[in-house]
Amino acid sequence: MHPNAFRLAAALLVAGAAPAAADDRYSPVSDPVTAKECGACHMAFQPQMLPGRSWTALMGGLDRHFGEDASLDDATRDHITAYLTDHAADAGWWSGKFMRGVDDSRTPLRITDTPYWIREHMEEVPARAWTDPRVGSKANCLACHPRANRGDYDDD
Amino acid sequence: MKTPFLTGLVLAALAFQPAARAASLLDGYADAARAADAGFAGFSAGRGRALFAATPGTGKPDTPSCTTCHTADPRAAGRTRAGKAIAPMALSVSPDRYADPAKVEKWFRRNCNSVLGRACTAREKGDFIRFMATQ
Repeated sequence: MHPNAFRLAAALLVAGAAPAAADDRYSPVSDPVTAKECGACHMAFQPQMLPGRSWTALMGGLDRHFGEDASLDDATRDHITAYLTDHAADAGWWSGKFMRGVDDSRTPLRITDTPYWIREHMEEVPARAWTDPRVGSKANCLACHPRANRGDYDDD
Repeated sequence: MKTPFLTGLVLAALAFQPAARAASLLDGYADAARAADAGFAGFSAGRGRALFAATPGTGKPDTPSCTTCHTADPRAAGRTRAGKAIAPMALSVSPDRYADPAKVEKWFRRNCNSVLGRACTAREKGDFIRFMATQ
């Protein structure tokens, strides 16, 4: 292919992808306590990815946190719970996209169990990606989204 | 008058050295270990090594051993189950470790419960840190 033709094709691809990609941005975690404590074991996930009731349930069971004891002192726990619920998927005047398909009767505890997350990943991510040792866990957003901790998931 | 001041300054500087802070944490655990057992005869790096490598089978299924996340080599970086890197446990490689008592207590509380299914004793905590200080 002529080099210019390649550049044109690349430009068209970028232009075509941009509107959809710009959708995958979230405000980064702005509370330093939340960023530090949650970020000690995993990327501090953006609170917009779960309903408030999910964060309340999670923070109420930190001694049994997905198979580990992640307990905090009460003051730190309450501070983080308030931040997460204040910025949750259903905290604003208009629910975020992570509320799509989440029934009022359900309290998902994993972001990866929400219908929106599943739809975004199941079609375009091959099964082998999840077993790749560099990924290791569906909680490892940064393995494939290198700017995920800044709320930028535009790389897919 | 000048000499005591300088000595004090040097001592204060030494107190903020990572190894010195780990040592003061160990003093606290030694006091607690002695209070729990009058026969306490000091910490043991060998017992600490055994604790680190053990698979007690009494904790949570996903974390059978310290080495599950920290790897068997204290000088190597570990990895959490969620994929995040963990700085090595050995004091020689991670000199900032074992310096902040609240942080150390937080992680012993969590990880002893996860791996052992119970709190660690002061002797176990001291043994662990003594072992990591030799690595």
